[in-house]
Amino acid sequence: MKKTLFDKVWDAHVVKEMKDKQQILYIDKHLIHEVTSPQAFNELEQRGIPVFRPKQIVATADHNTPTIDQHLPVKDEMSRNQLNQLSKNCSKNNITLYDLGHKYNGIAHVMSPELGITQPGMTMVCGDSHTSTHGAFGTIAFGIGTSQVAQVFASQSLLLQKPKSLRITVDGDLKPGVLPKDVILYIIAKLGTNSGTGYFCEYAGTVFQEMSMEGRMTVCNMSIEMGARGGMIAPDETTFNYIKGREFAPKGNDFDKKVAYWKTLPTDPGASFDQEYHLDAQDIEPMITFGTNPGMGIKINESIPSEDNASFEKSLAYMNFEKGQSLIDQQVNYVFIGSCTNGRIEDFRAAAKFIEGKVKADHVTAWFVPGSQQVAKQIEEEGLKEIFEQAGFQLRQPGCSACLAMNDDKIPEGEYCVSTSNRNFEGRQGQGARTILASPLVAAATAINGKIIDITKQFV
Amino acid sequence: MDKFTKITSSAIPLAIENIDTDQIIPARFLKATDKKGFGENLFRDWRFDKNGKINNDFPLNDKRFSGSILVAGDNFGCGSSREHAAWAVHGYGIKVVVSSFFADIFKGNALNNGVLPVQVSPSFLKNIFEAIQNDSDTEIEVDLENQEITILSNQNFESFEINSYKKTCLINGYDDIDFLVSMKEDIQAFEKARVE
Ligand code: SF4
Repeated sequence: MKKTLFDKVWDAHVVKEMKDKQQILYIDKHLIHEVTSPQAFNELEQRGIPVFRPKQIVATADHNTPTIDQHLPVKDEMSRNQLNQLSKNCSKNNITLYDLGHKYNGIAHVMSPELGITQPGMTMVCGDSHTSTHGAFGTIAFGIGTSQVAQVFASQSLLLQKPKSLRITVDGDLKPGVLPKDVILYIIAKLGTNSGTGYFCEYAGTVFQEMSMEGRMTVCNMSIEMGARGGMIAPDETTFNYIKGREFAPKGNDFDKKVAYWKTLPTDPGASFDQEYHLDAQDIEPMITFGTNPGMGIKINESIPSEDNASFEKSLAYMNFEKGQSLIDQQVNYVFIGSCTNGRIEDFRAAAKFIEGKVKADHVTAWFVPGSQQVAKQIEEEGLKEIFEQAGFQLRQPGCSACLAMNDDKIPEGEYCVSTSNRNFEGRQGQGARTILASPLVAAATAINGKIIDITKQFV
Repeated sequence: MDKFTKITSSAIPLAIENIDTDQIIPARFLKATDKKGFGENLFRDWRFDKNGKINNDFPLNDKRFSGSILVAGDNFGCGSSREHAAWAVHGYGIKVVVSSFFADIFKGNALNNGVLPVQVSPSFLKNIFEAIQNDSDTEIEVDLENQEITILSNQNFESFEINSYKKTCLINGYDDIDFLVSMKEDIQAFEKARVE
C-alpha cells in the first residue's frame, strides 16, 4: 500500500493495537520544561511509579526565565520555585537538564533541533503545543497535556487514536520579502484556525523543498494555530546537511545508515490524504494580523475585512481597530523578535539585513531575544549583535520572553506590539496588550520606522 | 479522577467563538507546581478588570447563571497544551463543556481530568443558547451512558460521540497511566524488536 510520510513514521511506532481504534504509540524523545512537568512528576511520585526511560527525556528551562541578568537568582518567587522544582525533579530522576546559563539552554523547540536531538522518523512529544516545530525534520512531534507527560514518564508511550492526514501543497516562487512566517500566516488566514483540527498536516511543494530548515521549523511551528496536532515536511538533503555534525546527531557510519533510512520516509507518489489543499506561492505577500487569533491575518497592504459576527467585533474592539482600516502607518511602540517561531539565527539575519546602517525609531522599545544560547552565540560570532547595537537595539538573553510574558517582558496595557511569535490572543503578551503577528523582516521594519510600513514597496 | 455518569444542571452560556487557553487561564497563573487553585482564576481577565474589579456583565459573574455545565461558542480551547486550562475549568466546578467544536489537545486534557467535552451541532448549540436566554434556570441533562444531551424545558435532544475507551475511563474514574503501566511488557518487547 502507498503510504504517506506520516503513516510511515506513525506505523513504525505502534506498540500495539487496542480495540476502538486506540493504539499504543511509542515515543522516542520527550522534551520537558518547568511549567507543564511539575504536576506530572508529583503524579508519578504519589503513585510510586518510576520514570521509565529517563535517557529519552531532555529538559530545559525556558518559559519563566528572565532575559537579563540570568546569572543572578530569578527574582520572581513563584518562577524561581518552579525552576528549582525542575532541577530537583531532573536530578532525582537522572534526566539531563539544560538549566539557565547552560550553554545548551534555550526554548525547547530551538534547542533540540540545533543540538541534533531532533531527527527524521522519530516520535517526539513535549508538554507544549509548539512541539509541532520538530515536524520540519519529518518527525512526528506534537504537544501533550500534563497527564500525558505523566503517561510518557511512566511508559514512554501514549494511548492515542491515529489522526487523519492533511496535505497542503504550495508551489511556485515566493516573492521578494516573503518569509516562511508569511507563508504560514497566509495558510492559516486562508484556511482558518480550526481547519487542521483532527489532522496531522504535511507541507509539500516547491516552496517547502526550497526552504531552509529554520524556515521549515517556522512553518511547522504554527501548524497548531490552524488546529492541527502537528505538521511535517519530508526529510531531504537540506535536512541531512543540517543534522550532520551536530552535537547529538549520529556520526560516521551510523549517520550514513540513518540517512539511508530517512530517504525511505517521504510520502509515496499516489498515496492518499483525507484532505488536500493547493496554494500558489505567487499569491503570498508579507502578512500581518489585525485580530486576536492567528487566523485573523491580512496581506500587509490590505485593509481589515468586514465581518458581521460578534466574536469578530469583540476581537476588533480589543485591538481598537475598525473594519476596512489599513494598518499601514499604524504607530507601534513595541517590537518583539524572538520565540520558538522566529528566534533562530536566520530570523536575526533577516532582521539584521534590514537594520544594518539604520537607526531605530526613538519611541520604540524593542526586545531581541534569541531562542537559545547557541543562537545568541552565533549572533555574536556573525557580527549581528553590533549591527543591532549600532541601530540602538539591545540583545537580550534567551527564553520564551514576551511570547507569553510569564517573565518581566510584558507589553503594557493598550499598547501595540509587532511580534514574531505565534499567538495574538487577548493578553498573551501582557494584560491588555495588543499583538500584531508578523515576520522578522516586518518586525525589524516596524522597529526602525516606529510604525507599520508597506514593506512590499522596498522590493519594487 | 471523579466518576462520571449523568449530570442534570442549569448552565452558564458563553457565546464567544475561538475561546483560547490563554483566556481560560492566563499564563501568569501557570507558575504553580500543583493542580489546585486554578478554578479561582478561570477566565480571570474576563471576570475581573486589571484592578481586580469584578465585571458583572460577564456570564460567570452574572447572578442569573450558574451550574456545572458551561456552554461555549465554536472552537473552544484552542491554543496551548496547558492542562492548567482543564484544571481551571474543573476547579471552578464545571463538569461538562458544550460547544460545536473543540480543539484537540483541550479535549484530551478535559477527558483526563473528568471534564466531559460534549460536541453538538451548531443548530443544537444555538438551541441551547436560546433556551438559556429565555429562562436562565433551564436545565440540561447530560447522560454519558446513553451519549445524549437534552434541554429539559423543551425536550430537544441530540446524541454525542465519545470514544468508547474514554467513556469507560470516565464512568469508572480510571486513567491512562494505570493502563499503560500494565502494558509494560509489550512496550519492552517493542523496544527490543526495534534494536534488533
Ligand atoms: S516561545 Fe512561546 S510558543 Fe514557543 S514554547 Fe515559548 S511560550 Fe511557547
